[in-house]
Amino acid sequence: MDDTKNNILEINHVEFSFRTYGGTVKSVRDVSFNVREGEVLGIVGESGCGKSVTAQCILRLNPEPPGFFEGGSIKYRGEEITTKKDKEMRKIRGMEIGFIFQDPMTSLNPTMKVGRQIEEVFVGRENISRKEVKQKTLEILQLVGINEPERRYNQYPHELSGGMKQRVMIAIALVGRPSIIIADEPTTSLDVTIEAQILDLLKELQQKTHTSIIMITHDLGVIAKMCDRVIVMYGGKIMEKGTAEEIFYETAHPYTAGLIKSIATLDTDRNQALVPIEGTPPDLFSPPHGCPFAARCDFAMQVCYDDLPEEYRLSDEHVTTCWLQHEYAPKVAIMMREIEEAAHE
Amino acid sequence: MGKYIAKRMLISLVTIWVLVTVVFFLVRALPGDPFAGDKITPTIKANLNAYYGFDKPLFEQYTTYLGNLVKGDLGYSMKYPNQTVNSLLTGAFPYSADLGIRALCLAVSVGLVFGIISALNRGNKIDLLFVIVAVIGTSVPDFIMGALLQHFFAIKWGLLPIAQYKGFSYTILPSIGLGFYTMATVSRIMRASMLEVVQQDYIKTARSKGISKFRITWKHQIRNAIMPVITIMGPTVAAVLTGTFVIESIFAIPGLGKYYVESVQNYDYTLILGMTVFYGVFLILANMIVDILYGVVDPRIRIAGK
Amino acid sequence: MSETTKTVSRDQFKILGKSVEKMESIARPSLTFWKEVWRRIRLNRVAYFSLILLVAYVLLAIIAPLVSPYKFDQQDASAMREGFSAAHWLGTDNLGRDLWVRVWMGARVSLAIGFIAAIINSVIGTILGGFCGFYGGKLDMLVMRIIDVIYGIPSLIVCILVMVVLGPGIQSLIVAMVVVGWTGTCRFTRGEVYRIKEQDFVAAARVMGEPTFKIIIREIIPNIMGLLITNLTMAIPGAIFQEAFLSYIGLGIAPPNASWGVLAKEGAKMLQVAPHMLFVPAFFICTTVLALNQLGNGMRDAFDPKLRGTE
Repeated sequence: MDDTKNNILEINHVEFSFRTYGGTVKSVRDVSFNVREGEVLGIVGESGCGKSVTAQCILRLNPEPPGFFEGGSIKYRGEEITTKKDKEMRKIRGMEIGFIFQDPMTSLNPTMKVGRQIEEVFVGRENISRKEVKQKTLEILQLVGINEPERRYNQYPHELSGGMKQRVMIAIALVGRPSIIIADEPTTSLDVTIEAQILDLLKELQQKTHTSIIMITHDLGVIAKMCDRVIVMYGGKIMEKGTAEEIFYETAHPYTAGLIKSIATLDTDRNQALVPIEGTPPDLFSPPHGCPFAARCDFAMQVCYDDLPEEYRLSDEHVTTCWLQHEYAPKVAIMMREIEEAAHE
Repeated sequence: MGKYIAKRMLISLVTIWVLVTVVFFLVRALPGDPFAGDKITPTIKANLNAYYGFDKPLFEQYTTYLGNLVKGDLGYSMKYPNQTVNSLLTGAFPYSADLGIRALCLAVSVGLVFGIISALNRGNKIDLLFVIVAVIGTSVPDFIMGALLQHFFAIKWGLLPIAQYKGFSYTILPSIGLGFYTMATVSRIMRASMLEVVQQDYIKTARSKGISKFRITWKHQIRNAIMPVITIMGPTVAAVLTGTFVIESIFAIPGLGKYYVESVQNYDYTLILGMTVFYGVFLILANMIVDILYGVVDPRIRIAGK
Repeated sequence: MSETTKTVSRDQFKILGKSVEKMESIARPSLTFWKEVWRRIRLNRVAYFSLILLVAYVLLAIIAPLVSPYKFDQQDASAMREGFSAAHWLGTDNLGRDLWVRVWMGARVSLAIGFIAAIINSVIGTILGGFCGFYGGKLDMLVMRIIDVIYGIPSLIVCILVMVVLGPGIQSLIVAMVVVGWTGTCRFTRGEVYRIKEQDFVAAARVMGEPTFKIIIREIIPNIMGLLITNLTMAIPGAIFQEAFLSYIGLGIAPPNASWGVLAKEGAKMLQVAPHMLFVPAFFICTTVLALNQLGNGMRDAFDPKLRGTE
């Protein structure tokens, strides 16, 4: 199992669902992983795979009701999160664990000054004066690369560009000096040049402050650039997890392989067609019995449709949840572009 | 911000001018003779004619009137030739103003509170109660509400005075009657707005900072939800204003509304003109204040207008 | 580790590959737009009930005066100000006229005025607003300025003035309300057309070479249709209120013709002596407005595509 000495966050068999008029949606179905001090952990997956819901579970940001925990535990430094009351969660939010949201355009209150919104992290906390709060705010604005912090402090969100707004979001997440920052697709709504700046900033800050980062994204490029370890999610479950090296170079799950094969790289030939993964994600109202990826998997077997696969450990960090690892399963080369050869074994 | 205000004022001025002109010509087109009363002797009639210039060409009458207006002179009432329009207005205005302000304050404050409580308790019995009150309120026109209030609370149960405006207890029923519809509308809009705002992303950001629910509701939710309510303040003031017409007659309050309706029925040209101008200016000023208020609450407007 | 706690057999491990039927999961059958709207309205009990109530009122307005033994202006000095009875279901007024018949005659007037005024307003407002929103430019500026000016004048005052000039009666009432009322729909339509015009699917249609006329018909109108109908439904109560108000202050319908406003006025005068004379028209005004509002709400929800799947 994972080396438990440095874990500050332990997530075990978490199941989270939402009650709606149309039924219960099982967004997170048995997810387990750990976060260590000072590391950057990536969670990658398609829209709707449950990665955002999982992340928000850590800070109990999902609306409850209609959301609720069907099972599992989340432990931050040994304390159980899933049973905490809102008042207790407030001590953790902002100060111990920070959150960066996806869309900076809509994530800031349009009627409140930017400086004030950063300072709000300190509202209701003990042992800190107004002066100190303002000072910290100006410092953090500087730290995230916003020039003229005094001037920006007094401005409103609509006076800032998209990139600057996201820097403010980072400032809000960081100002309380938390141990963990959860970044939920922080660069998805930004254009590429700004994205590069923001990612560099995050990396720089992470190295300076030794904060752990949980980086949620659907972009493998971001994973490659930023992450030490990676978790691949699909249909509310974890398909594969491991170090970034292992995920990219020793890919063990067909879904991960599909993701990697579908992107263009510097080595991709100009005339080569990109290989998408056909099909759409499963209906989470009544999820399939077996592996959620089976219907879209080139290597699916009858057992995949019948039963959920178990976890198979391939190294200290590398775990995959796939029937192909079973002794009965044929040996296949999942990273091959021409899959006919593999299927005809 | 200054530019913004100046622009609003210019439009307002144009509006007033158009209003006065339209009313002037419209009133001249009215059938009927304002001098059909028997108090008027032929000599007085001739004098009035000379003063108002009925024997002069229409255009001259118009320019004379405009000239007087700019000086603040609204002329003499035709029905009550001894009194100037100004004096009639200033006599009646305080009653209407008092009633209107009370009704407005009551309606807006109660409406906001109801709307907020309703939204925060969404789905349970409290919400249902407030929603039902709001729905009823928007289905009953103010004159019926006024009549009903008077019938039950004053006449049948004798709890409050029936009519007139002589003290605090006299103001209660008319204010409620006048303001109920507005209160219901404000409540509905505020509730809907609160529910919409709570879905916004910045509310989640606020939660992630670890601030209290109270502060989130107050500083983030209400502050943003109140916008649509302010937007309708202009028409709301207009509605309360026109509502006074009937409430004053039901409760026998000697305010402007009563005079206005009378002047229309009596074809008292100058009074009609004077009061229309007065109402028009009042409403335009009210709209301007609302626009300014909007700029105060929503910084996006404020800064865009610079 | 390749041991497993689940019981599996070797033949489950033959590679089958993707399953095309299973990979595209469609959760619900799709209906046409209008069928979907109707379905949602039917599910919304309050809106559905309101619709039935309104239909009932319209039918009664047409039929009741025809089958009643009394005429609306038939006076009976021996039966003045009576309450509810078997002979006079809703009682009589101070001239002995049967209130049941008068209510439904009044319904004809009030409902007709309400619908007609609202419809005319909507038509004018939509066409003008549509042009302004779509073409912009000088026409837009001119119309907006006109609306600003009209907006600045208390609408009821304009109504009153028009009524005084044109004299009482249904036509003048409708003219008065239209003069004032088209501005709301115009502004709204203009805003919506502008908003839709700027969206990507319209740009896509343009790029594909669709002529402007077709764009208006196929892209823009269907998207605002729902909101238009909802607005229309919500505009009728306003018209009914205005008619009631104007009649109440004596500028609307002239007696002995009836409208709900006229009945309310007569009832208010007799409030002490014969309260039912006010309560009866008040009840009908209020329930009609209530029903229209609830139906309007229901329609707005029914037309909102974002609410799909939440019932």
